[in-house]
Formats: sequence, structure tokens, C-alpha cells
Amino acid sequence: MQYAVNAAAALLVAAMAAGFAQAQTPPLSLVPYVVAGGSIEKPLAAPGNVQRGQAIVLDKSLSSCVLCHVVPDPEHRPMGNIAPPLAGVGARLSAGQMRLRLVDSTLLNAHSIMPPYYRVEGLHQVAPAWRGKPIMSAQQIEDMVAWLLTLKEPPR
Amino acid sequence: MKALLLLAAGMLVAAPAWTQNRVIPQAGLKSGFEFLSPDLKKMQLDDFANPGTLWVDRGEKLWRAEAGAAKKSCADCHGDARASMKGVAARYPQVDRHSGDLMTLEARILQSRVERQKAVPFARESEDLLALSAYVAYQSRGMAMEADIEGAARKHFDAGEAMFFRRRGQLNLNCAHCHDANWGRTLYAERISQGQPNAYPAYRLEWQTLGSLERRLRACLSGVRAEILPFGSPEYADLALYLSWRAKGLPIETPGVRR
Ligand code: HEC
Ligand code: HEC
Repeated sequence: MQYAVNAAAALLVAAMAAGFAQAQTPPLSLVPYVVAGGSIEKPLAAPGNVQRGQAIVLDKSLSSCVLCHVVPDPEHRPMGNIAPPLAGVGARLSAGQMRLRLVDSTLLNAHSIMPPYYRVEGLHQVAPAWRGKPIMSAQQIEDMVAWLLTLKEPPR
Repeated sequence: MKALLLLAAGMLVAAPAWTQNRVIPQAGLKSGFEFLSPDLKKMQLDDFANPGTLWVDRGEKLWRAEAGAAKKSCADCHGDARASMKGVAARYPQVDRHSGDLMTLEARILQSRVERQKAVPFARESEDLLALSAYVAYQSRGMAMEADIEGAARKHFDAGEAMFFRRRGQLNLNCAHCHDANWGRTLYAERISQGQPNAYPAYRLEWQTLGSLERRLRACLSGVRAEILPFGSPEYADLALYLSWRAKGLPIETPGVRR
């Protein structure tokens, strides 16, 4: 039931996003997606690239992931501990579940503090430089999903 | 039962502000000071090592300097700041009785400069304005914050509170997400404090200079990729009032030292 509501909300989100984008410069349209069963099954772009995905997640100013999460990193750089560690997440979640969490965590949990990485609608007072743009492109989402799925080992 | 509920609801509406819900109970309040390294704590506590002392000293000179067409100094009207300004900063932001505007300490200093001294206003974040506000706030060092949120201040408090809890920016976060729900945890490499305003103006190592509370708030806002308003915007004063109430009882530390 919850998922039916979410699916409807996501379709609405995608539809509104497309409309919203027309008013923006440069014009942008989000790839539409469907949320069902706590997951977005269909990839948003071409198959993700594992190496690129790792680089995106580890780049703190690009993705901010490591502000909140500890992720496996051979170089042991500093990382935050606001959110669950991501080691082992590839064993816990399917590609579709991972995609939904990156696209917009609030579709699963309205109180989530994880930023919506692929959403432009319903945000307030976004700085002009970012207005109307999702944090990540569809391809970047797929790249991150590809790398996260390789994280099978639980945290030590 | 229904009558009881209605009564309870009525009491909630009529409840005085001191029963306002606090996310962090007053007994659990912690100054940003408690999240500093031992070195920085030492730096703040030692007036000779604290870089903010430079601004306080400069503020003392400005306090006694004649300025503007009125050829009057602050001291000509207010006398010795050590007596007349003691405790003042602890009660700011405050509503101006004449205009009804909510004024931060900086705004009040600028008002005196223009209306009483008939002088050209200092620019926001200028060395002189920071020096005078640091000097005035310094007179309340160690005193508990006690902003008044009743009467005319109430609507500003409500607006500030709403702002604190409103998600904003591309990262879609509100102030409470970091400073109520996650203080004590680590964001990237930095320990998140409760976001208390009691050290400002403060010397930040990252700035290599003294800066106002507003400047600090802008850093948080740009961190979540949110719109930044011009210095002195009423929205920032409202937010500062909410923060002052939230910090009620914490001692003023100006000039604080922060990372
Ligand atoms: C501001 C904090 C924050 C940032 C930044 C953030 N997350 Fe999260 N993330 C969370 C929280 C908190 C959770 C726990 C679930 C929830 O509350 O939504 C979470 C959950 C997750 C999950 C699900 C974990 C599980 O075990 O189910 C994944 C995967 C994830 N995040 C990946 C990422 C990636 C990749 C990035 C960057 C592109 C990122 N997060 C950025 C806060 C954050
Ligand atoms: C993504 C996390 C995050 C958000 C959201 C955030 N802040 Fe902060 N804030 C920080 C960090 C990190 C610092 C610096 C370390 C510290 O003192 O917490 C800080 C510092 C502060 C300070 C200075 C505390 C001191 O003792 O020097 C204040 C005041 C403050 N924030 C208020 C706010 C307000 C008000 C908002 C909302 C408009 C806000 N913050 C939003 C992370 C955040």
C-alpha cells in the first residue's frame, strides 16, 4: 500500500520535474522513473561504470556522500558518521533498491536526511547556481549504483 | 474527555513562552566551545592568545572616538561601556520600540551611528563594525543569554523557529537535521556542535579573521547549497532570535575562537 502511494508520488515528481525544467535555463528534464515495491527497477541511463562510481562517491565536494557515510576507501580518508556505513550495502540491497535511495530517500522515509540526488521539485531556496538541477546526472546515479553493488563485505 | 482535550489544547495556546518545546533540554545545552580541541579552548580562554582581543581593543578606541556630524562618541551618550553595556548583548536580538523592527546588536550599533552620531554607516562585516560589536558583547562575557521572545518579539521568534526547521537548498536539509539530531557526530572531518550563537562575533581559523553570527549562518546555508540573503536581512535577525532563545542560559563567550 505504502508502495502504491510512493509510486504515484514518484510519477508525479517526475511529471512535475519535466514541467519545471522547461522554465529553467539551461533546460533540463529528468528521466522519468517508476517507484514500485521500494525500488526503481529500470536503470535511468546506460549501465553504470564501477570505477567512475567509486570516484564519484569518494569525491566529497561532488557527491557529499562521505560527509555522512563511511565507505570502504583504500586511502582511509576522513569520513562522517551521521549515516550507516556503506560497507556491505551491496549484499543488503538490490540495484533497484539502491537506485531509489540515491534518487530520493524521502520517497521511502519522509524524514530521511539523505539528500535527494535526482530530484528538482519541491526543494526550497536552492542557490541560483543549482536551481532546477539535480545533484547528480542519471548516468552518475547509475555509476554509483554499480560501485555500491560491489560492496559485499560487511564493515570490519 | 473531549472537554479535557479542549482544555489542554487551550492551555497549550496560552502557555507562556518558557514552556516552548525544546528539542535539546536546557540542562543539555552545550556551547560550541565544548567541541573544540584543547589547543583552541586554551586560545579562547587566554586574552593574550585569543586573536579576537585585537578587535575588542580596537572597539574600545572606537567607543571613545568622536564621529560624524554630531561630533559625539559612543561614550558621550553611554558613558563607560563596562557599566552601561554590561548584559546588553545577552538580551539581543531585541525589538526596537519605535520601528517595531527586530534588531541584532550590529543593527543597533549602525542605528546609533547614523541617527545619533550622524555618521556614515559602517559596512556589514567591516573591521570597525566587528570591533564595536565585539567590544559591546565582551562587556557581557560570562553572562547568560536571555533573549526576550514575548510581546512584539513573538512573531520574529516564530518566524525564526520556522526557518530553523524548514528544509532548504539542493541538499534539502534544515538546521535541526545537523544541530538538534546529529550534534556530537562527525560531518566529514568536523564534529557537529549544537549550533549555538554565544561565541559571536568569533575568530574562525578558516576565515583568519573575526566574523559575525550571520557570516557563520551563511556558511551553513551555502553548505546545503541554499540561497544566501544580503547581510542584515530581517530573516537572519529572526533566526538569530530563535538561536538566542534556544541558547538561553549559555554564557556569552565573545570573542570566541572557532575552527
Ligand atoms: C546528509 C547525510 C547523507 C548524505 C550526504 C548521504 N547519505 Fe546516504 N543515508 C543517510 C542516512 C541518514 C541513511 C539511513 C536511511 C535514511 O535515514 O534514509 C542513508 C542511507 C543510505 C543507503 C542505504 C543504506 C542501507 O544500508 O540500507 C545508501 C545506499 C546510501 N545512503 C548511499 C549514499 C550515497 C552513495 C551518497 C552520496 C551520493 C549518500 N548516501 C549521501 C544520510 C546521508
Ligand atoms: C549539513 C550540516 C549543517 C546544517 C544543515 C547546518 N549547519 Fe550549522 N554548522 C555545521 C557545522 C559542521 C558547523 C561547524 C562546527 C560546529 O560548530 O558545529 C556549524 C556551525 C554552526 C554555528 C556556529 C556554532 C559555534 O559554536 O561556532 C551555528 C550558530 C550554526 N551552525 C547554526 C546553523 C543554522 C541556524 C542552520 C540552518 C540555517 C545550520 N547551522 C545548518 C553544520 C550544519
